[in-house]
Amino acid sequence: MKGNEALAEAAILAGCDGYFGYPITPQSEIMEYLMAEQPMHRTGMVVLQAESEIASINMVYGGAGAGKRVMTSSSSPGISLMQEGISYLAGAELPCVIVNVVRGGPGLGTIQPAQSDYFQSVKGGGHGDYKMITLAPFSVQEMADFVALGFDLAFKYRIPVMILSDGAIGQMMEKVVLPVQRPRWTEQEIREMSPWATVGRTKDRHNNIITSLNLKSDVQEEHNRQLQAKYKTIIENEVRYEESYCEDAEVILIAYGTSARICQKAVDIARHQGIKLGLLRPISLFPFPEAALIKYAEKVKGFLSVEMSAGQMVEDIRLVVEGKTKVAHYGRMGGIVPTTDEIIENVKNLIN
Amino acid sequence: MSFETHKFNSHIAVPENLVYAKTPLMNDKPLSYCPGCGHGTIHRLIMETVEELDILEDTIGIAPVGCSVLAYEFMGTDVQQAAHGRACALATGISRLYPDKYVFTYQGDGDLAAIGTAETIHACNRGENIVIIFVNNGIYGMTGGQMAPTTLPGMKTSTSPFGREQKDAGYPLKMTELVAHLPGTYYVTRQSVHTPVNVRKAKKAIKKAFELTRHKKGVSFVELVSNCNSGWKMTPVDANKWMEENMFPFYPLGDIKVPSK
Repeated sequence: MKGNEALAEAAILAGCDGYFGYPITPQSEIMEYLMAEQPMHRTGMVVLQAESEIASINMVYGGAGAGKRVMTSSSSPGISLMQEGISYLAGAELPCVIVNVVRGGPGLGTIQPAQSDYFQSVKGGGHGDYKMITLAPFSVQEMADFVALGFDLAFKYRIPVMILSDGAIGQMMEKVVLPVQRPRWTEQEIREMSPWATVGRTKDRHNNIITSLNLKSDVQEEHNRQLQAKYKTIIENEVRYEESYCEDAEVILIAYGTSARICQKAVDIARHQGIKLGLLRPISLFPFPEAALIKYAEKVKGFLSVEMSAGQMVEDIRLVVEGKTKVAHYGRMGGIVPTTDEIIENVKNLIN
Repeated sequence: MSFETHKFNSHIAVPENLVYAKTPLMNDKPLSYCPGCGHGTIHRLIMETVEELDILEDTIGIAPVGCSVLAYEFMGTDVQQAAHGRACALATGISRLYPDKYVFTYQGDGDLAAIGTAETIHACNRGENIVIIFVNNGIYGMTGGQMAPTTLPGMKTSTSPFGREQKDAGYPLKMTELVAHLPGTYYVTRQSVHTPVNVRKAKKAIKKAFELTRHKKGVSFVELVSNCNSGWKMTPVDANKWMEENMFPFYPLGDIKVPSK
């Protein structure tokens, strides 16, 4: 299956209640697949084409506030339009899944794959102090797996979860093992599991309110403190990463998504050439695998961050490493993916 | 109000003489609105409707950004507070996922007719099964009386200090007439709450709007032309008089679209 299609099918299988989206390349297959599949007849899942990404994310807000498993997907320019809604979702602490199949920017940019929305995803993107859990799939399999995982994390922490993919992962075809069908929640289950949700007030409780507004400064500061405490819990519990050949490595590549796929190959080639190269692949970009980086920082000659951007994740690596080792960046932009030769050459430069 | 504390009227104010009481669905909090403002009355009419139709467990409201941003403090239903202009998108999401629920938005003219025009038009055009309550006072009240899309020609506001000039600021937007043209709207009406008679008519319209969503035939849209005595810089009495003389000729009261029997 195509990455985008696997993700769409996985959404139905994850017991998703509603998808709201607006077409944009290179992710339109997600809504096309859902519309053709008619999940209303399979699980009762709603699929709606909105008039804009702004409307999509606010339909998600409405559904999430009413306790449903809801999601949207888009690509970079569309995700920019959603930033207001994402900030409100974070402020009101609503769970949802947002998929960004990244293309090159800024502006209308290119429809080819890129990783230049890293800052936007892990640093907030919209206004105010907030974070999203950000998962970076590097295969069609992970496109499928991260939907259910995303919903689980979103509801566990009442937080928007971003699946940060890219045009290459979205468009490429691979074998995929699809998960088993999860049931959608009944209204009674939603009332029990999410007692905060606006499902309609029963006589035994006060009215539920979904809002991100606090007119009193001390109340807003306390709300911000609680959000930060939640993010700290997430940092302590939800770091996900994968490492290969790191134990004896002289240089470790740090890469996620499509870049990580190329880096896997680069490690194989380098090892054949006798270069002790490893790969550390962050799967969660927020929370970032800080402990793993610190562990290796004192053992290696350097880290090389490989990204399809001008160098965004490299800044976080430098923050974590605090000068304990060299940190370099190699990136391509505009929809061009780095090659293994280019990566190995940069590794050699780092060693010398 | 407790009967005991009003000794002066205590022989009259006994339960058997009670002709009116505040609906328990209005939370017992002082309203944040200016004295003379229509919002409090409109809130009450919606809550009375929910009470009378006995639909509390199936009603979800959407509060806007504007003076009524805190509507959820006063209304006893479950409420979501939306980003500025996005109420109809929230309502769409909820209504699609809970097709048997009563979902209403509560929006001012800046929220519905300026920043939220796209969301409003498209929700109406899709024929979402929701109630839209549109409070039009021709001005941005909360931010201090700036020009709204519904500000009348020549009307002075803090951002049109010499009066709204059509060559610069265009024309007042009649959203209600506009959405009435769309096949997705089912019931469209314009009312006011400035006299007891009008309050009764507005109540009837709001109740009808909620009842009609049971047909699942599209949007019920109720505009309430209201005053903003603070923003208009008038006394409440003068504001109501000015509204009758200036707002009503431009925004005439009455039904615009009624479902055929």
